[in-house]
Amino acid sequence: MNQPLLKVKHLAKAYGAIQAVGGVSFEVQAGEIFGVIGPNGSGKTTLFNSMLGQIKPDAGTIELNGKDISNATPLQLNHIGVGRTFQTLQVFSKMTVRDNLIVAAQEHVGSAFSRLFAASDAGLGARADAMLEQFNISHVANYMAGTLSYGQQKLVDIAMAFMSQPALVLLDEPCAGVNPSLVANLRDLLKDLNAKQQANGQQCSFVVIEHNMDFVMSLCHRVMVMVEGKVLAIGRPEEIMANTAVLDAYLGH
Amino acid sequence: MKKWNIAALVIGLIVLAIAPMGLKKYGLYLLSYWMVFVIATMGLNLVLGYAGQKSLGHAAFMAIGAYTVALLQAQGVSFWLAMPAAAALSFAVGWLVGYPALRVQMHYLAFATLGFNEVLMLVIRNEEWLTGGTFGINNITRPAGFGSDLSFYYLIFAFTIAICGFLFLFLRSPWGRAFTALRDNPLRAESLGINIQRYTLMAFAIGAAISGLSGGLFAGLVNFIEPIPFSTQTSIMMYLMVVIGGSGYFLGPILGAAIGVILPEWLRDFGGWYLVVFGAAVMALMVWLPGGLLSIPQTIKDKRAAKLANEARSAHAARLKAEDEGAQA
Repeated sequence: MNQPLLKVKHLAKAYGAIQAVGGVSFEVQAGEIFGVIGPNGSGKTTLFNSMLGQIKPDAGTIELNGKDISNATPLQLNHIGVGRTFQTLQVFSKMTVRDNLIVAAQEHVGSAFSRLFAASDAGLGARADAMLEQFNISHVANYMAGTLSYGQQKLVDIAMAFMSQPALVLLDEPCAGVNPSLVANLRDLLKDLNAKQQANGQQCSFVVIEHNMDFVMSLCHRVMVMVEGKVLAIGRPEEIMANTAVLDAYLGH
Repeated sequence: MKKWNIAALVIGLIVLAIAPMGLKKYGLYLLSYWMVFVIATMGLNLVLGYAGQKSLGHAAFMAIGAYTVALLQAQGVSFWLAMPAAAALSFAVGWLVGYPALRVQMHYLAFATLGFNEVLMLVIRNEEWLTGGTFGINNITRPAGFGSDLSFYYLIFAFTIAICGFLFLFLRSPWGRAFTALRDNPLRAESLGINIQRYTLMAFAIGAAISGLSGGLFAGLVNFIEPIPFSTQTSIMMYLMVVIGGSGYFLGPILGAAIGVILPEWLRDFGGWYLVVFGAAVMALMVWLPGGLLSIPQTIKDKRAAKLANEARSAHAARLKAEDEGAQA
C-alpha cells in the first residue's frame, strides 16, 4: 500500500479541564474522500482547526506526505498544498466570480516580483474557466460574487479551495445553509471533481466535516465517527451505518 | 476600457493641458496645488481604498518628501535625484509605519498613524539645525527649465500622468487583486496563500512613496516649507478627500482632491463660516453617500448587474428543469 497522504497521530487538545480531542489517529489516502462526523462537542472542529494551523495541539503530530505540518501557519499550509473552505461563506463579494477563482491561485504562480508584471489573470484564465465549468457557474462568471444567490456563492467558495490544485482540501460543513436540492447537486459535483482528478492523475484528498448524514454517507469513501474527543469507528459508509456502537452513541436508534 | 471612457480621458487631458494658459497666477497655483493633492491622495487611496488600512498620517509622508527634496537641493543635489531619494525614504518609513497595521486595525490603526504624524511634526519643529524648525526652509529651487509657474505646472502634470499610469497598471496586475482580497476578507485571503503581512507593508510603503513624491513637488511649487502644511489637519483632509471622492475607486482622489482644494476657495464668500458650510456638506455626503461620489455610477451598475444575475439564474434554472422534463419524457 502507498504511503498515506495525511497521517494524524495521537492528536490531543484540551481547553482547561475539557479534553476536546483526546488522542485521535487516522490516515487519509491520496485521492480519498474522507468524512468526519460526530455529535456537537465531539471535537470535530478542534481537530479541523489543529489541522489548519488555527490552534496548536497539546500533543500528537500531523503529517502530510511524511512531513510534519503540526506547527505550520495557515499561510504556509496553503503553500504546502492544503486548501480549505469555511463554515460560513467567505467569497470576495466585491470581485467578479472569475476574479475570485483567480485570486485563489495567483499566489502560487511565479514570484511576488514576477506577478507585478504578469498578465492581469496571472495566466490562470483557462484554469478558472475550467473550474467555472466544473461547478456549473460559467454563466455568472463576470458578476460580482456578492450579487449571487447563497447557493451559487457557496459553489464559488468551494471552487476557490481547489483552484491552486492542492493535495488536500478540508471542507468545513459544506452543506451548512444550503437548500436540500442543492445538497445532492453539491455531492455530485464533488464526486465528479474527485473522479476527474483521479483520471487526470492529480491526486487530491478531501476531508469533509458535516452534519448531513445522507451527504456524508453518499459522498465519502470512508467515514470517521468521533464521540467525546475520541474515534468511535472508522470505515466505509455501509460499515459505519451497520455499526451498532455508532448507532447507539450517535444516531440514537 | 470602453470607447467613451478613452474619449473622456483624452478630453480631460487636453483641457488640463490647455486650461492653465488662460489662467492667472492664482488660478494656476490652485490647479497645481490640486494636482499635488491628486498624487498625494492617490497614494493614500492605495492604502485606504485598496488595501483597506485606515491611515490618518499620510501628510507625514508628504513632509518627508518635501523636506528630502528641499534639503538635498540645498546641498546642491539635482531635483531629478532628490525626487527618487524622497520616494525611497518615504517608502522605507512607510514600510516601518505599516508594522502597527499588522497588529491593530480600523480606528486603532488610525490613532497609531495619527500619532506618527504628530511625532514627525515635533521632530521637524525641534531639529532646527536640519529642518529650520518653525521657520522652515526658504528659497527652494525648481529644476532648470521649470522655473516659471506655467512650466512647473506642466512638470506636476507630467508627474501626475506618470504616477496615475503606474498605479493603473499596478492595480491591474495580480497585486491589485491581492490588495482587494486583503481589504475584503483578510482571513480568507491568508487561507488562499496571500501573504497579508507582506501586502499590508507593501501597500503602506508604496502609498507612502507616492505621497512622498507629491511632497517633493509641493516643495517646488510653494518654494517655502514649514511644518504646518503637513500637520495632522492635512492628513485628516486627505482622508476626507479620498472618502468623498470614493475610496477604492481609481478616479476617486481626482474628484475628492478637487472638492477638498477648490470647494473651500469657492466658499470664501462665506468668510469665517466657510469651514462650517464645508463641514456640513461633508457630513451630508457621508450620511447619504457613504461610498463617496463615485459610488453613484457604481451603485447603478451593481443594481443592473444584480438584475441580470437574477435573470440569468432563473433562465438557468428553467433550462435545467426543461432538460429534466425532457429526460423523463
